[in-house]
Amino acid sequence: MDEYTHSVRLERDNCKGCTNCIKNCPTEAIRVRDGKAWINSQRCIDCGECIRKCPYFAKVAVTDSLEDLKRFRYRIAVPAPTLYGQYKNIRSLPALLGALRAVGFDDVFDVARAADVITRTSRDYLLRHEMPKPIISSACPAVVRLIQVRFPELLDHVLPVIPPNEAAARIAKDEFSRINGVPKEEIGVFFITPCAAKMTAKMNPIGFEKSAIDGCISMIDLYGEINRNLGEAGSEGFSPDKMASKYGIGWSVTGGEAIAMGKESYLAVDGIANVIQVLEEIENGKFTDLEFFEGLSCIGGCVGGPLIFENKYVAKDRIRRITESMEEPKESPEDVKRWARRHDLYFTRELEPKSVLQLDDDIAEAIRKMEEMEEIYERLPDLDCGSCGAPTCHALAEDIVQGEASEMDCIFILRDRLRQVAQDLVNIADNNSR
Amino acid sequence: MDNHIFSGCFPIEKGDFVRAGEASSAIKRTLRQLGVSSSIMRRVAVAAYEAEMNLIIHSLGGQMEFQVSQDGVLLVSRDVGPGIPDISMAMKEGYSTASEEIRMMGFGAGMGLPNMQRNCDRFDIQSRMGEGTVIFMEFKLQ
Repeated sequence: MDEYTHSVRLERDNCKGCTNCIKNCPTEAIRVRDGKAWINSQRCIDCGECIRKCPYFAKVAVTDSLEDLKRFRYRIAVPAPTLYGQYKNIRSLPALLGALRAVGFDDVFDVARAADVITRTSRDYLLRHEMPKPIISSACPAVVRLIQVRFPELLDHVLPVIPPNEAAARIAKDEFSRINGVPKEEIGVFFITPCAAKMTAKMNPIGFEKSAIDGCISMIDLYGEINRNLGEAGSEGFSPDKMASKYGIGWSVTGGEAIAMGKESYLAVDGIANVIQVLEEIENGKFTDLEFFEGLSCIGGCVGGPLIFENKYVAKDRIRRITESMEEPKESPEDVKRWARRHDLYFTRELEPKSVLQLDDDIAEAIRKMEEMEEIYERLPDLDCGSCGAPTCHALAEDIVQGEASEMDCIFILRDRLRQVAQDLVNIADNNSR
Repeated sequence: MDNHIFSGCFPIEKGDFVRAGEASSAIKRTLRQLGVSSSIMRRVAVAAYEAEMNLIIHSLGGQMEFQVSQDGVLLVSRDVGPGIPDISMAMKEGYSTASEEIRMMGFGAGMGLPNMQRNCDRFDIQSRMGEGTVIFMEFKLQ
């Protein structure tokens, strides 16, 4: 099974080995070993729950830094539309893009514009292909990973279209290269991200071989500098008629993609626990009339990502006010049509299930392990306290069967054993009169 | 040759909407840990859920049983009553005996039993009035 690096990592020095992260991981990917948290990289989906839950700031999202810009002669910033909600008083949307450019980029390509392209491409795809209902958005990498791990039967529902940030990177690189006559290898495209999962997806793309994104820079890392630039930075080159539509910008909040897709019946669900609950019901066949499912790991949508500065509700409201003040687009701009025609924006690799929850590849062996697990589980106290380092007693039983833990890790079993030993010693003392 | 079988059983209470779906979720979780194939998982998911809902909505109480072996999966729905007076009517799509209250909850479309049959490889239903109903659903591993 492929081993890959995750953005979500542990800051060892801050970790106290408590039970907060292990209890809240949706794929039970974390254990506490030797007093420190350890993430099983096969199970981790980079949803960021552990980052949110850790009271000691021991869980972080590792992203690239501005230092990485130096690797390229030409640098393009590709900001997630979440950026629009981060600032209190921006003169105009072009002014914000100008402030971002002034950080040190040669150009900025708005992901929200690429979202308009992807919306067009997706709608086009659905006109020409029959897909099982409901169709599931592929925009949130944590949700796609979740489906690979926990709901692989739903993989054929996932819309095989690349996410807007990837489309933005491909289009931006191509445009800059053609317009300025420079080779693509010299252009570095940097996604300004609110999200750890997108960083992991850059390194391990979903649905295609290699990402056109060269680096992911955390939105919160750039917050201060962009804020300082807002007053003076010029916005030449970002004409209002070349801005994204209200629908593209809306992708930053829950429901934005579904609304852009124009589906009559859709469900937009945010928060990984809620997404799991609804996917269970979709799997049970409860939603056969549902056309579109938008699942987002972060509450609020991308504005609620782990790498943002502004409160997600404030950001969501700003996005609402920005989009409400924008005109209804009459028809797709020429650019959007041209890019949709020119670029291949579909998955080139099929989504594979990640069968990490399986006890064994051989079903007979898996059954044997299951029986052993049930037997061990009978001896465990059923408290799910987390003291053994596993999130539940069931998880500990599984770890024991897989040879990764022992019954003595359970402090209740240990305590009972010690009591027994103490009793034995008392008996020996009582019966030894000499 | 040792034919290992893993089995489990979940009691279902009449009218227990609070726990609706719990048994089929637990069965799915176990099947996934055992590495049951995606194509079977998908069909078992639908059939188990329908069976569980039927037990909750229509029966006087009962249980969901499952067995997994190298040959495939067996699901059994067993209840203590009231029994199905006319099985062939019950198997017709669109026919439902659900009360008004149940229909207001969104259930009672009359698709449960036909759906269960459609999703499994072998379907068998036995019922006796005043005694109860047993439904067997087999899912074969190809």
